[in-house]
Amino acid sequence: MKKVIMGNHAVSHAVMLARTEVIAAYPITPQTQIVEELSNMCAEGKLRAKFIKVESEHSAMACCVGASAAGSRAFTATSSQGLALMHEMLHWAAGARLPIVMAEVNRALAPGWNIWADQSDSLAQRDTGWLQFYCTCNQEILDSILIAYRLAETVSLPAMVVYDAFYLSHTYEAVDIPSPEQVDKFLPPYRPEFKLDVDNPMAFGSLTTPDYYMEMRHQIHQATESVHQVLPAIYQQFSGIFGRAYKVIEPYACDGAELVLLSSGTISSTARMVVEKLNAAGRKIGLLNVRVFRPFPAEQLKNVLRGVKKVAVLDRNISFGQGGIFAQELKAALCNETQRPQVIGFIAGLGGRDITPASIEEVIERAQKPDASQHEVEWVGLKE
Amino acid sequence: MGGTERMNHEKTHENELVCSGHYACQGCGAVIAMRHALAALGPRTIVVLPACCWSVIAGPYPYSALRVPVFHTAFETGGSTASGVRAALEMQGKSDINVLAWAGDGGTFDIGLQSLSGAVERNEDIIYTCYDNEAYMNTGIQQSSATPARAWTTTSPEAHPKDTQKKNIVQILAGHKIPYVATTSIGFPDDLIAKFEKAKSIRGTKFLHVLAPCPSGWKYSSQLSVRLARLATHCKVFPIYEVFDGETYVINVEPEGRPVKEYLSLQGRFSHLTPRQIDEIQARVDYDWEHLLHKAMLEKFEFE
Ligand SMILES: Cc1ncc(C[n+]2csc(CCOP(=O)(O)OP(=O)(O)O)c2C)c(N)n1
Ligand code: SF4
Repeated sequence: MKKVIMGNHAVSHAVMLARTEVIAAYPITPQTQIVEELSNMCAEGKLRAKFIKVESEHSAMACCVGASAAGSRAFTATSSQGLALMHEMLHWAAGARLPIVMAEVNRALAPGWNIWADQSDSLAQRDTGWLQFYCTCNQEILDSILIAYRLAETVSLPAMVVYDAFYLSHTYEAVDIPSPEQVDKFLPPYRPEFKLDVDNPMAFGSLTTPDYYMEMRHQIHQATESVHQVLPAIYQQFSGIFGRAYKVIEPYACDGAELVLLSSGTISSTARMVVEKLNAAGRKIGLLNVRVFRPFPAEQLKNVLRGVKKVAVLDRNISFGQGGIFAQELKAALCNETQRPQVIGFIAGLGGRDITPASIEEVIERAQKPDASQHEVEWVGLKE
Repeated sequence: MGGTERMNHEKTHENELVCSGHYACQGCGAVIAMRHALAALGPRTIVVLPACCWSVIAGPYPYSALRVPVFHTAFETGGSTASGVRAALEMQGKSDINVLAWAGDGGTFDIGLQSLSGAVERNEDIIYTCYDNEAYMNTGIQQSSATPARAWTTTSPEAHPKDTQKKNIVQILAGHKIPYVATTSIGFPDDLIAKFEKAKSIRGTKFLHVLAPCPSGWKYSSQLSVRLARLATHCKVFPIYEVFDGETYVINVEPEGRPVKEYLSLQGRFSHLTPRQIDEIQARVDYDWEHLLHKAMLEKFEFE
């Protein structure tokens, strides 16, 4: 059934269809509508879940951790300061191998108070052990929540579905909402191998000596890497049931391109329009949308970029003293390749600054120049 | 302090849910507290354990000193993690399982107060227990807001001991108007067991404040734990009482009314006190006791 809904409500519908059992959340703009809609769904009996109105995001994640450890499917949503406050518990969820799913609406961090789009919040959590998906449209948001649960429960790791504040969270688009029967076929009930169970008592997360700790971390790393094998099959099953195909990275016109533009989130949608226009005029510009950030799709990127001379990375985030995070990760992935493209990192759109088609064209032109810098960070649309 | 004390002290349970081989110091009050609590609650109990001495006492992976499921969680999340566990059990239709959050005084009075208050305000069906050893013991005896005035800790050294009063956690919790708030102590195992049994039968949030003396932190020799716990009550430093729905106060143990000096003098953490300071503490204890009597609407204590 197609319905015109905002990105936030796409999440709510997906969480309802996933038959999530425990929801714990704390309000923060621009996330709040997700859980408002979910609390309506619970109140109207459309969703049989326990909704816990906690007193902070830290507690929201702790509730999810408790619920998931006790064997229930758990969900929360947040943004920005809320995610930062959760940080400690994000480690707790991943370390305890709990497949919690969270919607995270990318919003800039204070100070200056800023509610607009910026990826620095979610990317700052990249080492917590959470899988991360970045979305380009509302349909993808809904689908990614379902896929995230399926994947998280397969590899026993938590997953975050990430999308831009306002550009998607508050924007209405037509979304195909699948039937509960379809979703049930794709997403079986959560039945963990280990859980808090009085009939089979076990201790979780106890003091762990140097004799064991490192192996546990190694297992988390392996589980994260296993996503490279597991996810394509899940995507394929998804498209078999729902008719929509997804890939970890989405290359467009990259074969033989003179320059490839790499981006994530809604920037990719704008960039696609620009690239189509330029290519229609005879240029050869490729576009690479990165959908999965953790695990980082290094192999897939290397394959697509083999033979490409230049990559311009558009980052709506900044790691101070280093540069854009996608650019940084791409450089790291390519550094052992003998024939590697030049990677030029651009910072754009921080704190909700518009990334217009004109600014994307500017990035392409600047990156094409022979003296485009290799090391320095390029800023786009910076006022003097 | 005669024969009955000895009998209680050596009481064994049919169903010991705390095993030998745990990692506590000799004479640790916190272990005695857990033993009796679990004896009352039984094996259908899930323990949520935020960071505290008990995170270590429970034993390292792959062992556990508890015969019930345990979830170790972050320091400040006793209330919230337990809420999540309860929510999951509810969704699974399991209503006969106790969810026991078990935290130290630091994890309760200080860093965990927010999540505890949240859980309590929602009247989550959990038993939240604070075993109170009056300092951050796991990290090496630092001052907490449960540390009594004038006590020595590693962050309130003798030259500048704690200069504020112990926070009244029971009043804070009673202020939330939950069904059941009670104090109890390892010095009174029958009272402790009865209160956990009562907590088990009440729906909603139950808060139990258990005095659990700590030989290492209070600086006394380990065989004195139970004696000190009893003295705390008999000197009126730690009265034993209940608060129902935040309104009705009932005092459960009649103190013998011994001078507070008896209690203080057995502990190294108070060895620097001057006679005047001891008098001041005595005055404070007397005042607080009168206050409690008024709340219990008693002119003087009359034992039931
Ligand atoms: C966020 C955070 N800060 C600090 C710590 C370190 N820490 C672990 S246990 C502990 C002391 C616990 O004290 P208390 O709650 O009184 O229990 P006790 O150790 O006395 O039994 C501290 C400070 C931590 N685990 N997490
Ligand atoms: S330090 Fe105190 S509370 Fe901690 S284990 Fe030792 S005796 Fe028990």
